[in-house]
Amino acid sequence: MLAYLIRRLFAAAVMLVVIILVVFCIFFLVPKWAGVDIALNYVGKQAGPDAVEAVRQKLSLDDPVVVQAWEFIKGIFAGRTYASGGDVTNCSAPCFGYSFKTEQAVWPVLTERFPVTLALALGAAVLWLIFGLAAGVLSALKRGTLWDRGAMIVALAGVSLPIYFTGLLSLAIFSYGLGWINGEFVPLEDSLTGWLGGMILPWVTLAFLYAAMYARITRATMMEILGEDYIRTARAKGLREPVVIRKHAMRSTLTPLLTMLGMDLGALMGGAILTETTFSLPGLGQKVLDAIQNQDLPFILGVTLITSLAVLIANLVVDVLYAVIDPRVRLA
Amino acid sequence: MTELSKSGAAVGEPTGTSAAPSAFLEVRDLKVHFPTDDGLVKSVDGLSFQLERGKTLGIVGESGSGKSVTSLGIMGLHTAGQYGKRKAQISGEIWLDGTELLSADPDHVRKLRGREMAMIFQDPLSALHPYYTIGQQIVEAYRIHHDVDKKTAKRRAVEMLDRVGIPQPDKRVDSYPHEFSGGMRQRAMIAMSLVNNPELLIADEPTTALDVTVQAQILDLIRDLQKEFGSAVIIITHDLGVVAELADDLLVMYGGRCVERGPAEKVFYEPRHPYTWGLLGSMPRLDRDQQERLIPVKGSPPSLINLPSGCAFNPRCPYADVPKDDVTRTVRPELTEVGSKHWAACHMSQEQRERIWTEEIAPKL
Amino acid sequence: MTTQRTSGRRKQALAAAAVVAALLTTAACGGGGDDSNGGSKNGAPGFDAANNKVAQASEAKKGGTLKFASSQDADSWDTTRGYYGFMWNFSRYYSRQLVTNKTEPGKAGAEVTPDLATGLAKVSDDGKTYTYTLRDGVTWEDGKPITSKDVKYGIERVWAQDVLSGGPTYLKEVLDPKDEYQGPYKDKSKDKLGLKAIETPDDKTIVFKLPEANSDFEEMLALTSASPVRQDKDTKSKYGLRPFSSGPYKFESYNPGKDLTLVRNTEWKQESDPVRKAYPDKITIKFFSNANDLDARLIAGDYDLDLAQTGLSPQGRTTALKEHKANLDNPVSGYIRYATFAQNVKPFDNIHCRKAMLFGADHVSLQTARGGPVAGGDIGTNMLPPSVPGSEGQKYDPYGMAGENKKGNIEKAKEELKACGKPNGFKSKIAVRNNKPVEVATAESMQASLKKVGIDLEIEQYDGSQYASVVGSPSNVAKKGYGVIIMGWGPDFPSVQGYGLPLWHSDYILDSANNNFALIKDEKIDGLFADYLTELDDAGKAKIATEINHKVMEGAYYLPFVFEKFINWRSNNLANVYTTDGYSGMYDFVNLGLKNPKK
Repeated sequence: MLAYLIRRLFAAAVMLVVIILVVFCIFFLVPKWAGVDIALNYVGKQAGPDAVEAVRQKLSLDDPVVVQAWEFIKGIFAGRTYASGGDVTNCSAPCFGYSFKTEQAVWPVLTERFPVTLALALGAAVLWLIFGLAAGVLSALKRGTLWDRGAMIVALAGVSLPIYFTGLLSLAIFSYGLGWINGEFVPLEDSLTGWLGGMILPWVTLAFLYAAMYARITRATMMEILGEDYIRTARAKGLREPVVIRKHAMRSTLTPLLTMLGMDLGALMGGAILTETTFSLPGLGQKVLDAIQNQDLPFILGVTLITSLAVLIANLVVDVLYAVIDPRVRLA
Repeated sequence: MTELSKSGAAVGEPTGTSAAPSAFLEVRDLKVHFPTDDGLVKSVDGLSFQLERGKTLGIVGESGSGKSVTSLGIMGLHTAGQYGKRKAQISGEIWLDGTELLSADPDHVRKLRGREMAMIFQDPLSALHPYYTIGQQIVEAYRIHHDVDKKTAKRRAVEMLDRVGIPQPDKRVDSYPHEFSGGMRQRAMIAMSLVNNPELLIADEPTTALDVTVQAQILDLIRDLQKEFGSAVIIITHDLGVVAELADDLLVMYGGRCVERGPAEKVFYEPRHPYTWGLLGSMPRLDRDQQERLIPVKGSPPSLINLPSGCAFNPRCPYADVPKDDVTRTVRPELTEVGSKHWAACHMSQEQRERIWTEEIAPKL
Repeated sequence: MTTQRTSGRRKQALAAAAVVAALLTTAACGGGGDDSNGGSKNGAPGFDAANNKVAQASEAKKGGTLKFASSQDADSWDTTRGYYGFMWNFSRYYSRQLVTNKTEPGKAGAEVTPDLATGLAKVSDDGKTYTYTLRDGVTWEDGKPITSKDVKYGIERVWAQDVLSGGPTYLKEVLDPKDEYQGPYKDKSKDKLGLKAIETPDDKTIVFKLPEANSDFEEMLALTSASPVRQDKDTKSKYGLRPFSSGPYKFESYNPGKDLTLVRNTEWKQESDPVRKAYPDKITIKFFSNANDLDARLIAGDYDLDLAQTGLSPQGRTTALKEHKANLDNPVSGYIRYATFAQNVKPFDNIHCRKAMLFGADHVSLQTARGGPVAGGDIGTNMLPPSVPGSEGQKYDPYGMAGENKKGNIEKAKEELKACGKPNGFKSKIAVRNNKPVEVATAESMQASLKKVGIDLEIEQYDGSQYASVVGSPSNVAKKGYGVIIMGWGPDFPSVQGYGLPLWHSDYILDSANNNFALIKDEKIDGLFADYLTELDDAGKAKIATEINHKVMEGAYYLPFVFEKFINWRSNNLANVYTTDGYSGMYDFVNLGLKNPKK
């Protein structure tokens, strides 16, 4: 198990380096090939060539991509100093780059925004697990009934309706219309109820999408598991049906869902872009969209890496949990 | 076996009102039908038999003949855990120790499951839950019916594993099913079934998934255990060889019905139905040359939605034209007594069958 | 404020619009409809009540929190680096200049008035020396006096383009056209005040010595980039995160893209400031990433006004026009939306082919594509925005765009094509930013109407955020064959120089980040600009501006679409609210007050 973990961690590290290189290529080489001068994004419209040159220097745009990537990786561990025109900017370790658009180091901004994204993802995950699993299991047990069809139609709607639609709709109804919820983000340290009021709609909106997916998968998996021989064995023992479902069927149903959950949460760590944008939540997703619109490369790079890292970690955690749940995996 | 009532409509009494029989297990006119998109699948269509304590009944037939469905029917597993609209339709009577199961409270039947009647399944790997240890699964089976703490139950589990011949049972009790060999798994499965001393044990193809040497061990084990516990046993198999030495009585099923039944030695040595002949022909026998080709029953099992009219076996029966007036294709044959406690459903006359058996079939076996 | 960098805002054209709009209409307003143009019982003063006039001037009370909402943060809050119009407008809360725009509605708001200085400049006869004296009692937020050296240092920062990029550089170009000064960060002198063109004989006096006269110089000193900055508080590139205040408010907190809070600067004294009233106690900006949510919250009264001042989104607009018309103003933004023809792409080197475009286009359809007369603006007939002195508005319409040819004149277009030597028309490409759906719509309108005269235009969308290197590079334009470029432009300060110099002067043809897309090289236009710089009389300046506009139109380099208009929201609680030409038709932020401070 330990050797396995070490191997996986090593693979993850290699993967990260590859991601950094690829991201660098995408963000620095592709514009170059397309004839776009990145430096022009960082200066005003009246900037002279020397200003453009200074920016190019600051961002070390003239260095080969590998050198830039190496500097970047070094910065993560040792910190970095950007100097240009008498202006020295320190970016202390872990330095995931420095934005010259907002004059902020990337890492502190990400760590500051991360809790919002984390709260959004975890809160929504709790909701979507409760409702997704419940709906999926009930649908599986009542398959073919009106309930089942109704639930699956709602689930289909949840999967196919875009977040900004459901989000705006929920805002229009509960916030502007009925006025039950303010719907605006309030930091947790300011007010717990205010925070809850700001988070509840995003939670529900995001959870609606995922609950729909989870319900569909749960239903399908549950139906498959219920046909397994060991479920019949459990019944033949004289177990009450609720126990059969809970103890025997649910545990097997959870395995594929766990993989999904790990991947989904990992991906969400990079920010739920649409949800955060719709509700103006100051999380990573909002930042990354903002960064993309403003061509703020360091932030895009930073968030991309954080997301990749989160997905890699999620993968690892899922694998370990998998072994905990399914004893057959432990041997491998 | 004692008196056997006639199968199907011949009983003539409305189900559910008949008096409790004296036999330990009596099945009367059991019908198990499954509605599907293509039509009604009549998996079991009027089956009756009896079984006494301490006796073994072998139910033999091809896959799809309804033998497994019958066993699940007795266990009440067609109704437990059936979800959605398409539920199995079951009628008839199943009397177990004076209780009619089909009309009984489902929760009462549930309590009988595992305690009064237990079941061994064909493939122990898929029939055991992969995420729980053998011990956990046996402990669970025990504690459903016994109000004891986990420790006591685990002691019982170790004891049972020991009894079914698993070495180092106190260690293996914590192993997972996938850590066992096939034979060991089936022993564990048997241990689990017997943990509550059931009075009826149903073994559904208990050896099919095992290799030949292990098969014999498992069958020996079942026999020994039956003697020890005094249970009634139903062994379901497609292989007559499995039940040859084990069963007191045999019941041969075809197309959801019984085509022949009787004491085992009668059915073996004086079979009175062409389908039984076919089964005997396809049975590997130790006393014969291994090289000789097994003779399978030609053709494929009938559709349970549209059974052939007349005798369901007629399309595959080499002797379908022996009776006159095409009766095999128009009239369904009823079970008739062909010997002492020996019944068969065939249009051929007793003489015709005896002649064909002694002259054509027996010499080739 | 140059090309419309206030982008992003209205991007989310949602498919859900219809449903949500319907919900907004019924849900948000509880079936209003009682607001009329003449004011309403809930206190909104009426449609266009604050457009070029003051609404509810006397109702402003001291105190309260003035709440801005915005879907966009400033490019920078550093006075040297900001270029967005709303940033210039907002920066007056925390920064003062020698002179600033008058806090008056409409055209008067574009005039300069003394701020830190005791009066307007004493200008030498040759127009090359400007002298100011600082007021008594002007202080920084820590109570220290603002000196002429602080003003000089603040202006010097414009030279440090390598560190403080982004802002306007007019002052640098006018005061140091040869680019000799290296900026304060590379300044070898001890006090870092090495710029020769500015002298500070004492702490109260500041003298500007221009190598060449420039009649708009005082306008340039009214720009935010001429604000004082104290050297010991200069955090260089990070100054925008926390500028040191010289105005009535100071930064309390700022989280980029999240929120900004200003509180009273207790060291600021009312008697030292002839311009600012400083009504509210606190000013907040909340940044939204969802423009529809923002509009809904404005309409619901959660916020007082939109910081970006670029108008409501289509859904919000529909609702507001129907239900809350009395809360809206419909000012001219100062922007002109247009297509321009690159002379380095054939056949646009030929004036007749350009004229064919002007005659052939359906100007009503283009106006509709921009949003119609109310939300889009009046049909543009020439290239000088109505807010700029010298503009004649729609009265100058050389091609009959708002008159006889407004639906397009096929015969005239064909005549021009014949004169151009392309009687059967020609083929070319329209380059349009992909992040501006409205611009794409105008491209489609041009494509449709010009097809009728045989001009076959192919629309090519490009990454809008890269416009400086895509259409800003004349060689790239030639290579790609972008004959038609769709763009918009607004004045940095209301003068023909502040609007048209980078667009029309031959010196401004650049290899990259070029804005003279048409590559206009007209000695007469260049000459008129030179005349303009030395003409100190306002009437004379306006006359030259008119002439320049005429020359540009005669060259047929541009096809204007609209004199842009916005529909902006003001809450019921806003008082002393008016639009000003000083900030291109935005509300003048600095003297906004609240009717009910407790709300």
